[in-house]
Amino acid sequence: MNLSAETRSGVLIVHVEEERLDAAIAIRFKDQIRELTSSATSRVVLDLSQVTFLDSSGLGALVAIMKALAPLRQLELAGLTPNVEKVFRLTRMDSVFPIHGDLSQLASGDIRHAG
Amino acid sequence: MRAERAQAGSASPDAAEGRIFHTSFPARPQAVREALRAAVARFARLMSADEAGTFELILAEILNNVVEHSYQDADEGTVTLSIVQDRRGLSCSISDDGVPLPEDCLRRVLPDDPGRPQPGNLPEGGFGWFLIHDLAEELGYQRDANRNLLAFRLPLCPQKENA
Repeated sequence: MNLSAETRSGVLIVHVEEERLDAAIAIRFKDQIRELTSSATSRVVLDLSQVTFLDSSGLGALVAIMKALAPLRQLELAGLTPNVEKVFRLTRMDSVFPIHGDLSQLASGDIRHAG
Repeated sequence: MRAERAQAGSASPDAAEGRIFHTSFPARPQAVREALRAAVARFARLMSADEAGTFELILAEILNNVVEHSYQDADEGTVTLSIVQDRRGLSCSISDDGVPLPEDCLRRVLPDDPGRPQPGNLPEGGFGWFLIHDLAEELGYQRDANRNLLAFRLPLCPQKENA
């Protein structure tokens, strides 16, 4: 499970350095993200640009992380690849998660102005 | 399972071999990953990137279900996956010796059905069967003696190399 984290303008950005968020990795992923975000104060952005495959187990892990962070901290997603985006669209979970195009948009846009 | 009837048409034995994919593997998440990788690699040239994503997602949801529910994460059991290519797409079948599939799983959940996962309720599960029903065609299930057999079709648009 490869994750790296950085803070930009008070926003915690976690880069998911895995090609797959699937049943084989979902529980470890959830646990490690919870650990990484335990000290986060407001917004958490998951950079999913390296993830090319997401199944319902991976999606369930993302929902569990979002619930664990709420209500004080918000989970946002960035850099969805086409197959990952499709899972969000089919399950209509794209209406639940704030989804950004990619991190460069974040850096020049709302992150700078957030908080 | 006998596969000799899959050689429809005038295909040479070599071509027929390319159209049939068959594997058995232990019911564990890592083995599912490897089977998915092999199945997608075998048929990748026939599919667009979008079709390949759909193919892998349906198979992943069905195989994960076998590991987690049919064998109840018992870390034992064997899954068999067979895929046959024909002119219209791929016919896939998945079999296992686990517990019978609950009937509810086979019921197609309509958009306003209370059984459908509602995004607003933030469900952490229940999306698997929804995705299978949404993406697979001609989904069928049979309990035969002590085996589960699940089958579906994935229609494919003709690719250039296939024309």
